[in-house]
Amino acid sequence: MAIFLTKDSRVLVQGMTGAEGRRHTARMLAAGTDIVAGVTPGKGGASVDFGERTVPVFGSVADAVEQTGADVSVVFVPPKFTGGAVEEAIAAKVPLCVVITEGVPVHDAVRFRALAAAGDTRIIGPNCPGLISPGQSSAGIIPADITSAGRIGLVSKSGTLTYQLMYELRDLGFSTAVGIGGDPVVGTTHIDCLRAFQEDPGTDAIVMIGEIGGDAEERAAAYIAANVTKPVVAYVAGFTAPEGKTMGHAGAIVSGSSGTAQAKKEALEAVGVRVGKTPTETARLMRSALGAR
Amino acid sequence: MDLYEYQAKELFGRHGIPVPAGKVAATPAEARAIAAELDTPVVIKAQVKTGGRGKAGGIRPASGPAAAESEAERVIGMDIKGHIARRVLVEAATVPFEEYYAAFLVDRAEGAFLAMVSAQGGMEIEELAARDPDAIVKLPIDPVAGVDADTARQLAGKAGLPEQAAGVLEKLWRVLVEEDALLVEVNPLICTTDQQIMALDGKVTVDDNAAFRHSWEYAEESVSLEAQAKAKGLNYVKLDGKVGVIGNGAGLVMSTLDVVAGAGAAPANFLDIGGGASAQVMADGLEIILADPDVRSVLVNVFGGITACDAVANGIVTALQLLGERGHGTPIVVRLDGNNAEVGRRILSDARHPAVRQVSTMDGAAEMAARLAAGA
Repeated sequence: MAIFLTKDSRVLVQGMTGAEGRRHTARMLAAGTDIVAGVTPGKGGASVDFGERTVPVFGSVADAVEQTGADVSVVFVPPKFTGGAVEEAIAAKVPLCVVITEGVPVHDAVRFRALAAAGDTRIIGPNCPGLISPGQSSAGIIPADITSAGRIGLVSKSGTLTYQLMYELRDLGFSTAVGIGGDPVVGTTHIDCLRAFQEDPGTDAIVMIGEIGGDAEERAAAYIAANVTKPVVAYVAGFTAPEGKTMGHAGAIVSGSSGTAQAKKEALEAVGVRVGKTPTETARLMRSALGAR
Repeated sequence: MDLYEYQAKELFGRHGIPVPAGKVAATPAEARAIAAELDTPVVIKAQVKTGGRGKAGGIRPASGPAAAESEAERVIGMDIKGHIARRVLVEAATVPFEEYYAAFLVDRAEGAFLAMVSAQGGMEIEELAARDPDAIVKLPIDPVAGVDADTARQLAGKAGLPEQAAGVLEKLWRVLVEEDALLVEVNPLICTTDQQIMALDGKVTVDDNAAFRHSWEYAEESVSLEAQAKAKGLNYVKLDGKVGVIGNGAGLVMSTLDVVAGAGAAPANFLDIGGGASAQVMADGLEIILADPDVRSVLVNVFGGITACDAVANGIVTALQLLGERGHGTPIVVRLDGNNAEVGRRILSDARHPAVRQVSTMDGAAEMAARLAAGA
């Protein structure tokens, strides 16, 4: 089992005919993903040959969904057009929309997050590596060959730290690893993933990776205390990072926390989550939580 | 990016929010000319992107052109919490009858917009929040519906602001939306003795990601390493230590800084070279770090995800060739892991560069870099 993405997921790629979209579509196919469609406005009727499979291109998400039954969209379009592309996926009621694009204006993210919440779409990202259920399917750019299928769930703000932990625990393997993205406003939070992992019979334990800024980790800690019975280990990056200036006074007030790594670590430890000092120690904590060596 | 007060007020003016008459000056002579033109007592305000200007002596009244010149002389060049005031805003002195607080911002915890309004302005908002949190009205704003005249009236009413403030609140929201701002804050928003609502100060943070749909020209004047790195498209932050750090991915680099600190040394910088890690990018990164006189050792920490480690290793070898002599003095500890790590390590050992040593784990590499920086 897995969360959000399984071997039955039918994936369409928005921006598949661009260089990045094409490159990563080939990688997703190699990871076993069932890619059923590409979408590029104005290029409906074309197709792209990936060797083992030729993927049809549609002019709109609605067409692609109607013709192929796609239920996941991965977005590789440039930042300028990302807002529009995501809103199109929401309008077409695609259940899961994974936004890889980096550099999306925050106002656009706030808008499509609100539209998604009012509709039927879960958004992951923007500015994220996507998610992978090893051995089943990959939606995004997480490398498939650094790890294996297993029973650990992982949720992270950071791409490379996700890869690092997946690699360190490659012998135990993962049910699903989700990179939720490091932007100030993202569609899916740590808490959404914790809830799904707690409910997933294929997941035995959870690794949560956080970093400075905002108070998502503090909120996750409160959620874990009240709702999660599976073992959770965590890692927080940024103890030595200088204080962020993104939001100034008002932002700090609203979060009710200064967003430091120390505050996050303390909040997690206060609810019994073990927090590793390094990625390697975090992997060790996970091994002992699972009784493995 | 945070804007200076004078830039924020220019935006306010363009959106119809009343601000005191004034202009920005880079020299005392300019300040004198502006004061003469305004023909009224003025205030000389240091333009720095930090709070606490008043306490630091960066806001000074001047009764006329001569006083404006001498006060500007004192303020220009002033160091306020590490920020140098390169310009001053010369503004008509305005006497507030009442002071309020108003802000719209992106609330990242909720992934939505938030309004914050209070009838008690003028002091630091954190101070007010700690002392009297009920004095601040917070209202989530629907990003699709936005703030219309009704919402603005409701906000003003709830917070205890006079009716005529509602129009200004509505315009302030338009600044947030139309300028792709993450924060617009007016503290204080004032009511003058003749019942005029006016923004006496302004803080605006615009979203760099949205620059493509604006004609902003908010150039930063700086010759720092950070500015040089930015010009080369590198994400670099200068820190205080001696171990230079390069890595791929913001999270991994942050983590590397922590592991270096855990090994007993302070990191000299944050530098994320991103996914590609081409030879040119690696050379640019190494060049920036080696230009920092504080750096005693360098730690290159790369996890090959999409990028294979052999490509990264070739990048390092080519980078060191490009750098030539400059790459020889400082020891460089390299840790490669992930995709094709074996091949990558072999490429580096075959190159036999005198400055390079390899360690296979992140923790071990950090320990070696820390030891080398300490001179052991």
